[in-house]
Amino acid sequence: MSKYTEDDLKKELETKKYEYGFYTDIESDTLPMGLSEEIIVAISKKKEEPDWMTEWRLDAFKKWQKMSEPNWANVNYEKPDLQKISYYSAPSNKPKYNSLDEVDPELLETFKKLGISVDEQKKLAGVAVDVVIDSVSVATSFKETLSEKGIIFCSMNEAIKTHPELVKKYIGSVVPKTDNYYAALNSAVFSDGSFCYIPKGVKCPMELSTYFRINEAGTGQFERTLVIADKGSYVSYLEGCSAPSRDENQLHAAVVELIAMDDAEIKYSTVQNWYPGDSEGKGGVFNFVTKRGVCGDNAKISWTQVETGSAVTWKYPSCILKGKNSVGEFYSIAVTNNFQQADTGTKMIHIGENTKSTIISKGISAGKSQNSYRGLVHVGPRAKNSRNFSQCDSLLIGNECGAHTFPYIETKNKSAKIEHEATTSKIGEDQIFYCNQRGIDTEKAIAIIVNGFSKEVLNKLPMEFAVEAQKLLEISLEGSVG
Amino acid sequence: MFQLKEKLLSSFIAFEDQKDIDSYVHGIRTKAIKNFEKEGFPTKKLENWKYTSLKKTLNQDYKLFPTATEALEFKDIKDFLIDDIESYKIIFVDGKYCSHLSETTHEGMDICILSSALSQSKYDLLIENYFDKISKKDGITSLNTAFSSEGSYIHIPKNVQVDKPIQVVYFSTGKNESVLHQPRNLIVVDENSQVEIIERHQSLSENRILVNSVSEIYCNQRSIVQHYKIQDDNRNASLIDNTFVSQQRNSDYTLHTFSFGGELTRNNLSIFQNGERIESTIKGITIIGENQHVDHNTLIHHKKPNCNSYQDYKGIFGENSVGVFNGQVLVEKEAQKTNAFQANNNVLISDKATINTKPQLEIFADDVKCSHGCTVGQLDKNALFYLRSRGIPEKEATALLMYGFANKVLSSVNIPEVKTRVNNIIADKLGVKIGFDI
Repeated sequence: MSKYTEDDLKKELETKKYEYGFYTDIESDTLPMGLSEEIIVAISKKKEEPDWMTEWRLDAFKKWQKMSEPNWANVNYEKPDLQKISYYSAPSNKPKYNSLDEVDPELLETFKKLGISVDEQKKLAGVAVDVVIDSVSVATSFKETLSEKGIIFCSMNEAIKTHPELVKKYIGSVVPKTDNYYAALNSAVFSDGSFCYIPKGVKCPMELSTYFRINEAGTGQFERTLVIADKGSYVSYLEGCSAPSRDENQLHAAVVELIAMDDAEIKYSTVQNWYPGDSEGKGGVFNFVTKRGVCGDNAKISWTQVETGSAVTWKYPSCILKGKNSVGEFYSIAVTNNFQQADTGTKMIHIGENTKSTIISKGISAGKSQNSYRGLVHVGPRAKNSRNFSQCDSLLIGNECGAHTFPYIETKNKSAKIEHEATTSKIGEDQIFYCNQRGIDTEKAIAIIVNGFSKEVLNKLPMEFAVEAQKLLEISLEGSVG
Repeated sequence: MFQLKEKLLSSFIAFEDQKDIDSYVHGIRTKAIKNFEKEGFPTKKLENWKYTSLKKTLNQDYKLFPTATEALEFKDIKDFLIDDIESYKIIFVDGKYCSHLSETTHEGMDICILSSALSQSKYDLLIENYFDKISKKDGITSLNTAFSSEGSYIHIPKNVQVDKPIQVVYFSTGKNESVLHQPRNLIVVDENSQVEIIERHQSLSENRILVNSVSEIYCNQRSIVQHYKIQDDNRNASLIDNTFVSQQRNSDYTLHTFSFGGELTRNNLSIFQNGERIESTIKGITIIGENQHVDHNTLIHHKKPNCNSYQDYKGIFGENSVGVFNGQVLVEKEAQKTNAFQANNNVLISDKATINTKPQLEIFADDVKCSHGCTVGQLDKNALFYLRSRGIPEKEATALLMYGFANKVLSSVNIPEVKTRVNNIIADKLGVKIGFDI
């Protein structure tokens, strides 16, 4: 990945298709479709969970039953039939590996195709990866190195068993069960996810990473991530996603909770590349995700996301700036092409004094896609001297797409300073002409311009991700100029 | 709230009985009341009313048809008019046209009242072409349409430049009772014509007044319309102002809204650009204090190519006031080369004040230049220090800075007397005695 050259890009551009659209034939153990208390108990049982967890799930399920699906987002789609989804699908010979050699070779092949093959990453990037396929965690690398520092990085399922006190205390503390329809659903049926705990004062020596993949047809992926950074610690967390191409829509409803205690810092980066559907808008993943972090005094949470996949994206990584002097950041690139729809943004809730937040959002829409930014900046009455800067820029390619901004700004404190600006424009003809003149064809010129447009956000990504993200941007916009 | 709705629905029949059942408008009214019955009053659940609740305002036993009142003299209302310029005046007192205070005309143009336009057959064609054609069909507008009977009727034919501004003022004396007024304005400006309109709603009593006003404005080709709304009502009066503007090719519409008074003020403004090369400019100054709530809800709908729109709203919020700005810019696929700009700047001067702002861009065309900027901040401490170090007291210095902040909006006011009047209100609002007209 890091040795990615222009020739590679050219080759990729020729193939045009969604490159992660393969399906790995792994025998998997799938529960019958539908949703009921029995299914939830069955999931819980399969996971060998303690009783409190089963009850927690059932409680969420009961609350979920009373809720209705939200439809305020600026997206149109056929609502997924939640009774036609299988809520649990795991590679059947559920591995308990100590080293990669023991892993099902076919799974390894999957990782290779994903371009994040576990061992390669291990060597090249020094990244500890937790791979979640069809919502079951299959491999966690670098565990020993991490445990020396006292860092816990494992699958959610394992954490429930080995560190129940931490899970019990923090799960649902940032995103309550009743937060929204999909969060409640996730709370009831989540099958696995990643758990991470950084002890006091520890700076995590490497980037932690999770890779999600939906493999089985007709399944939904519901993973739950919980990252806890104790006082004065630091962690950078990466998340990647992909899914095979399918005609029907797949559902992905995840919940991510971040807890940054006093003086801690969490950097959470996502490269989302779920299958976006084909050029007629058939298939693709519905990505309904709830991500939220809470900051203690002097803490910092930084969200960086590159959204190129999914047929429908509905995602608002948020920061609750509860502590004094805490900082929230949100950097986002959302690219939509063909019939993709994205409604994404952030919420910055300023509660403590001297809290600061920055929002940089870049939306790029091409084809017949719709791209919306929806954000909230809320300054509470106690948030003295809080500061926010937001910038939302949209780029339109072609005249059949749309770009929308819905920023909400609520201020209840006179010492707050808030700035918001948004622009919408297209790629200038003179910019393209300039490139053409220097022998760069239009397709490549657009890639260059888009990269420049999104530079502020790309710069925020960890190195390995930035390269991949750049590549993704180019591929997702492929074919958008007629 | 429920009761008021019931009361309105039941009194509709009595209201219609007094009117001509065979008329064209009767059909529209009947349809509108049905629509109101279905939609009801807006609640906070509606996205457009998220930050403004009508609950308290509607929880009143408003009288719908105020009884005849004592006659007003010119001296009673002088303060509320821009009296130092020549102007046409359409004055209503408690919903009734007041001829001895007004100055209307039928010479070469119609500057008169809606009730006479509705009852005389020579206006039939115009009414059929323009009445209730662009107003939204939401609950609050439908309510006005159902009870629409009186208001200003202004028709400027082709190639006429109206010689002096038109003042439309609604007074409410509301002796011993709370009153709901529903004025309806119809303004049609034909090709190549030009007109200036100043609009004001004023309560003269201590009783609770609610005004639900609807204005439809048609700017035909190459017309120029300048519209001023001065909102400086008593603290017990509330206003819901619904203005709909339809613009044709090459027309130019400018609106200045000055919101200083009233308990609750809601401005629903929708501008539809139906031709090419249209200019729309909307600006506003809001300075409010204790228990006041001002909500600006604007929509500019760009439908055709090569049009411009410019929005600039400034707000200063003191005490426990609440300010809302919801500015929507919609650019349709066909509207290439659109240039849309929107700015909303706010200053909070009290810890209890709240500002909710939601600029909203929805763009479906690619070759456009659209931007919005929105800020919430304080006055510059250095600038304040500069003024104070030169011997200007704090209060005056603050006022000067605030005036400077809002002044950009005033600079485009074309009638000097209006500017002076607004300046005086601002000075009064900021509690200083300095003339800003230097």
